[in-house]
Amino acid sequence: MEIFVQLLVNGVIAGGTYALAAVGYSMVYGALKFINFAHGSIAMVGAYIAFVLVTIGNVPLVPAFLASMLLTASLGVMVERVAYRPLRRAPKLASLTTAIAVSFVLDATVMIVMGADIRTFSLTGLKSYQIGPIYITPVQGAIIVTSLVFMVGLYWLLTRTKLGKAIRAVADGISLAEVSGIDTNLIISAVFAIGSALAAASGALIGMDTNLQPTMGFIITVKAFAAVVLGGLGNVWGAVVGAFLIGIVENTGVWFIPPVWKDSIAYGILILVLFLRPSGIFGKKEEAQVTVL
Amino acid sequence: MELALIVHLLVVITIYGILAISLNLVVGATGLFNLGHAAFYGIGAYTSALLVKAGVPWLLAVLASMAMAGFVAFVIGIPTLRLVGDYLAVVTMGLGEITRAVFKNWISLTRGPMGLPGIPHASILGIEFDTAEKFLILGVVCLVIVFVVAERILYSPFGRVLKGIREDEAAVQALGKNTYRFKMGILIVGSAMAGLAGSLFAHYITFIDPSSFVMWLTFFIFLIIVLGGLGNNLGAVVVTVVFVALREGLRFVGLPLWLNPAALQQLIFGILLIVATIFVPRGLIPERKVVYE
Repeated sequence: MEIFVQLLVNGVIAGGTYALAAVGYSMVYGALKFINFAHGSIAMVGAYIAFVLVTIGNVPLVPAFLASMLLTASLGVMVERVAYRPLRRAPKLASLTTAIAVSFVLDATVMIVMGADIRTFSLTGLKSYQIGPIYITPVQGAIIVTSLVFMVGLYWLLTRTKLGKAIRAVADGISLAEVSGIDTNLIISAVFAIGSALAAASGALIGMDTNLQPTMGFIITVKAFAAVVLGGLGNVWGAVVGAFLIGIVENTGVWFIPPVWKDSIAYGILILVLFLRPSGIFGKKEEAQVTVL
Repeated sequence: MELALIVHLLVVITIYGILAISLNLVVGATGLFNLGHAAFYGIGAYTSALLVKAGVPWLLAVLASMAMAGFVAFVIGIPTLRLVGDYLAVVTMGLGEITRAVFKNWISLTRGPMGLPGIPHASILGIEFDTAEKFLILGVVCLVIVFVVAERILYSPFGRVLKGIREDEAAVQALGKNTYRFKMGILIVGSAMAGLAGSLFAHYITFIDPSSFVMWLTFFIFLIIVLGGLGNNLGAVVVTVVFVALREGLRFVGLPLWLNPAALQQLIFGILLIVATIFVPRGLIPERKVVYE
């Protein structure tokens, strides 16, 4: 039983990192109606920026974390300008193709610059806390706090500010937003900046909690997508719920099946959701469906 | 260059050519975003290798591997082909990772990461294709068959509906076509062809392991068909020849030791794909326009 509680807590921690990645994914989908396959790779770059700042630049952890979010945000904006914007009116296949290409370019660049080996932050001198029967490291505590803070912040941004209103307007219908005088290009850049910054937070926290690898982005992409589909495509809060559900199912699932299959659980959930309720928990039905049988 | 190397390259070209043509049917002609092509290729390779090792004649094993790849495509297609294209992309990408996890972890069957050594050479009615030269004949015959079949499909009424689905699925539905069945049909055919390529690969190299069927391969084939001109089989074959030669050629360029050649390749091809998608969206040899009088 105690082990199960520990697994549950591990699930919440994993869910927090997935949620940070998933909201950005969901916001981009909301604005452009396309899947940003490079999102996980952008998170990976964020993790490496934080890593380089901390281990080579000797920057303290928190400023390094924030700087990585800022730098990754500009990377996200740049990627959109170079690879997605020229194709906004092209068939969807085109921007999906460039998104995959971008993820390969980012992975390869990091692999060339940093090497393919696994890196760790080696945060020495940190001790685990014990709360009742549960053990939790400071990094894991930070994951829970950070993800909560950013979720609340995002909620405030989207519902209480003018920028948030504009983002929601673009998500509702880009041409309608444009005729209402919203600078849609600017808003889309903002969406990419916010999404990429949160992805960087996710990547850096995963990197601190476990380790870094140039290929880690792929797994983040899949987990985030599974979360987004589970919650309902384009629904930001659905994505958060989906992320925590996937984190929890994945980690408690280790109780029942061998751990080597842990990463396959997210796919299993994804396929199951598509079978049973393709629009996800909170999505509108007609958005996912194209074929009426 | 030595003759043996040229023959080897030609065999690789026939196998990749089959992969390119089959992916072209699914992605280029129909617009289905299939990212799991390497998985179908791998399923074909493992099915065929295991059957022949168990004593089944190669000719039967090939048919079985095509059937197996087609069957998996069918199962994947049921939940995803009724939905907007993005779902298919992620589920097929997930399939790629799940099948690799199966190859890696079902050790009693596949020997896991150690791979399957000593796969018998392909043979038809006692004729053994045990040298690269003999195998080349088999490869060319298979490539020609696949090419002819693909051309017949593309310029048949069936193919016309496929292209219609790519351009405007709702319009095709309005004409009374059950687009789900057309999409399912071409996904199964394309995947079965990939299964054939997998079988050829397994019995040519005589050793397979999970690392031969990574996502990177799908990406490589993707790049080939985008550059060759989506929906054009001839373009796919021509670019396959150029790219396989280019890829092998890169190995002989003296690179500095710190530069990871695989990553460099990935970087170059990634940038090429972005540039091609934006500036030459119709590829080097654009799709033939069919005019009906």
